Amino acid sequence: MVQQVETISHETEAHGTHHEMSFWEKYILSVDHKIIGLQYLFTGLFMAAIGGYFAYAFRMQLAFPGAEVPLFGYVDPAKFNMLVTNHGTIMIFWVAMPVLIAAFGNWMIPLMIGCDDMVFPRLNRLSYQIFLASALVLILSFFVEGGGFGGAWTSYPPLSAAAEYNLTNWGASLWLLAVALEIVAFLLGGINFITTTMNARAPGMGMMDIPIVIWMIDIAVILFMASVGPLIAGAVMLFFDQRLGTSFFLPSGGGDPLLWEHLFWFFGHPEVYVVLLPTMGIVAEIITVFSRKKLFGYRTILYTAFGTGGLSFIVWAHHQFVAGIDPRMANVFVVTTILISIPIAEMLFSYIATLYGGSIEFTTPMLWALSFLVSFLIGGVTGIYLGASALDVYFHDSYFVIAHFHYTFFPITIIGMFAAMTFWFPKMFGRMMDETLNKIHFWGTFIPFNGLFLPLFLVGMAGQHRRISDFTQYPDLASPDLQGIRIFATVSLLIMLLFQFVFIYNFFNSMFKGKKALMNPWRATTLEWTIPSPPPHGNFAEMPTVYRGPYEYSVPGHDEDYWPQHIPPKSNV
Amino acid sequence: MNEYLDLGLITSFVPAASSFAGDIDFLFDMITIIVGFWFIITLATLFYFIMRFRRREGVKAMYISGEKHSEKVWTHYPHYGVIAFDVVLIGFVIVVWVNVKQTLPANEDTIRAIGQQWSWSFVHTGKDGKLDTDDDVNTVNDLHVIKDKTYHFELQSRDVLHNFAIPAFRLRQDIIPGRTIKGWFKPTESGTFDLQCAEICGRGHSMMFAAITVHPDRQSYDGTMDAIRAGTYESHFELKRQLGPVPLPFTVSKKESTSPYAIELAKSF
Repeated sequence: MVQQVETISHETEAHGTHHEMSFWEKYILSVDHKIIGLQYLFTGLFMAAIGGYFAYAFRMQLAFPGAEVPLFGYVDPAKFNMLVTNHGTIMIFWVAMPVLIAAFGNWMIPLMIGCDDMVFPRLNRLSYQIFLASALVLILSFFVEGGGFGGAWTSYPPLSAAAEYNLTNWGASLWLLAVALEIVAFLLGGINFITTTMNARAPGMGMMDIPIVIWMIDIAVILFMASVGPLIAGAVMLFFDQRLGTSFFLPSGGGDPLLWEHLFWFFGHPEVYVVLLPTMGIVAEIITVFSRKKLFGYRTILYTAFGTGGLSFIVWAHHQFVAGIDPRMANVFVVTTILISIPIAEMLFSYIATLYGGSIEFTTPMLWALSFLVSFLIGGVTGIYLGASALDVYFHDSYFVIAHFHYTFFPITIIGMFAAMTFWFPKMFGRMMDETLNKIHFWGTFIPFNGLFLPLFLVGMAGQHRRISDFTQYPDLASPDLQGIRIFATVSLLIMLLFQFVFIYNFFNSMFKGKKALMNPWRATTLEWTIPSPPPHGNFAEMPTVYRGPYEYSVPGHDEDYWPQHIPPKSNV
Repeated sequence: MNEYLDLGLITSFVPAASSFAGDIDFLFDMITIIVGFWFIITLATLFYFIMRFRRREGVKAMYISGEKHSEKVWTHYPHYGVIAFDVVLIGFVIVVWVNVKQTLPANEDTIRAIGQQWSWSFVHTGKDGKLDTDDDVNTVNDLHVIKDKTYHFELQSRDVLHNFAIPAFRLRQDIIPGRTIKGWFKPTESGTFDLQCAEICGRGHSMMFAAITVHPDRQSYDGTMDAIRAGTYESHFELKRQLGPVPLPFTVSKKESTSPYAIELAKSF
């Protein structure tokens, strides 16, 4: 026992002492959760740039078929398939998950629950290194003989299982390897997140005093870890089919392609909530701070998050209504799917109720948070159409589906990411971002985002189906009206991409030249705002004690309109 | 069911040419009304709160936990409304689904569609009304049916997943190699419509198109079948193919078609 006590105190000392570290030690091989968070963030942003570039190339091809795309070249069908496949894969596995869960989770969990680091710092470092390897493998897959994988991000066999079908022998296997590595990275990170939240909270912080964003990230990680097993099994089987000549999914050898669809979507649907919940948490933090309000129904929101997560495990076959499954199955899954509207609606209503009676300030993070509510609402209600099995007979694999899930994934990933980055930037880098440029960037992103995806609902209603490189080949889809809609969407994308340069400039300029940030520029209550910006190695000079919940704003009888978690009540002073 | 409610949201883009297209359009319109109602109410409330509770000097925000019963009802009551609408919606959806996908009405003829990378083969029954007999008529990328007759389809694939999609019929159905997927449709409008593969099937997926011709009567259909047997048939699919690609309202592509059909088609818009 004595020895164990010594070991622990030794660890604490190591964090407390500030010996000089080389650049390599400090930024590349660091075990500090803040540095690992930033590594995830910058890797994720780099991958987002690739994903955006791919979207640019294939949207240009759709609007101006056959034209040379500037900075890309001619988009032939093989390249087109590779672009749409890897755009989807990158945006979900290499942008949404690393940025929303790994970057912000790593960065915020120890700071918001009041501890000096993750409980498994070396595991954390390993998690990032495997993630980086997975990103490199994916990028490598674009350059091998035959080109990158082009069988869609869902990777349905037999197309994905045999090189003679997909014609991307190495691209398909490297794609699968990259996804598998990414999953390993997130399993390592996930176990760390949950253990840290459960064991390393500051004294006094009960389960219901944890900031909601930390809860949401943890629930997301639980969903991920509980759902990913079948996908790993499926990925191994698919890899065997590709490389060892087995036929788990090849009917020619007695296999069944539908099995993959089930394994994939058993993971794939909870995955939607894996990325949604962290953003719901980020938005909750921001709207409480900038409306100076307590979160409406903390417990209700928490339970609806668990409810949504639980339900998300029994809805997967709504991706397969017309995939050749027994039609009677659809009736079960349509009920469970529509049921998801119940917890999600309750959650959204609680967020709107939080704004009631507030004192709302339109800072950039708040604009992002409010725009998330608006655009996710569109994504949510259009989900009702697609959850209705009978409408899937028409909308399956159509642009209506594309428009719908971009109205969920864009708010979740891009809006959520910008909301969090603009909100925590002062804490991360110790400087303020330029508010005017931030607002220009906000409007320059949000308006073209709607201009890009609202038209896609219309072409979806016109029967336009997914993953086609040239719609003018189809007589019924070639009308100038429909082509005009496609061009409008592409031009909106171009405008949106151009405005991202405003953000990139503002981000790096503010990082080095911005106004110095105070410890608590937004007058927020949670623990990360009680330490200097940026937080030093080891985070808290003195362990904080928590006295109250995370959202004590505008408390009657209290002088200031916020009451931080670590300030003792007056009677104790 | 679109005699009860018809906003024409989908038919303004694509004709409704099968017996169940109306049911699906009805469902789309009904869901639009339901979710439109909730969408407008929610959005209006959100914007009202944003405008009404803007920050003003000296006005402190309210302190509401949302944990008391009297406060919770504000989110619970609208929520009960959502549940009620959900029940109605699920009821209609299941009725339409059971009619379109789960029950197989008695047929007057059968067709078989075989997908492969990257073309369609179709088998018509011929005079005896049975598949797999000597008088079957095989075509490539060209399917022929007769208006107002109920058809069963048998879908097969030679290699990977495909999807038998006819937007004008409001029909999409995945095809799985190793299985025969069955279903039905009943064309109600004559004309030549796009038939597409809607499930990514490899490099040539974009080029896996075909045409379905709905003949107004048996005479026209039989004439075509005879022409196919005699080898004098001019493919409807190829006729449609020659029409495109359509010139765009502006010039960007170096590969733009200059075929007379394209110019003719462009004039007709």
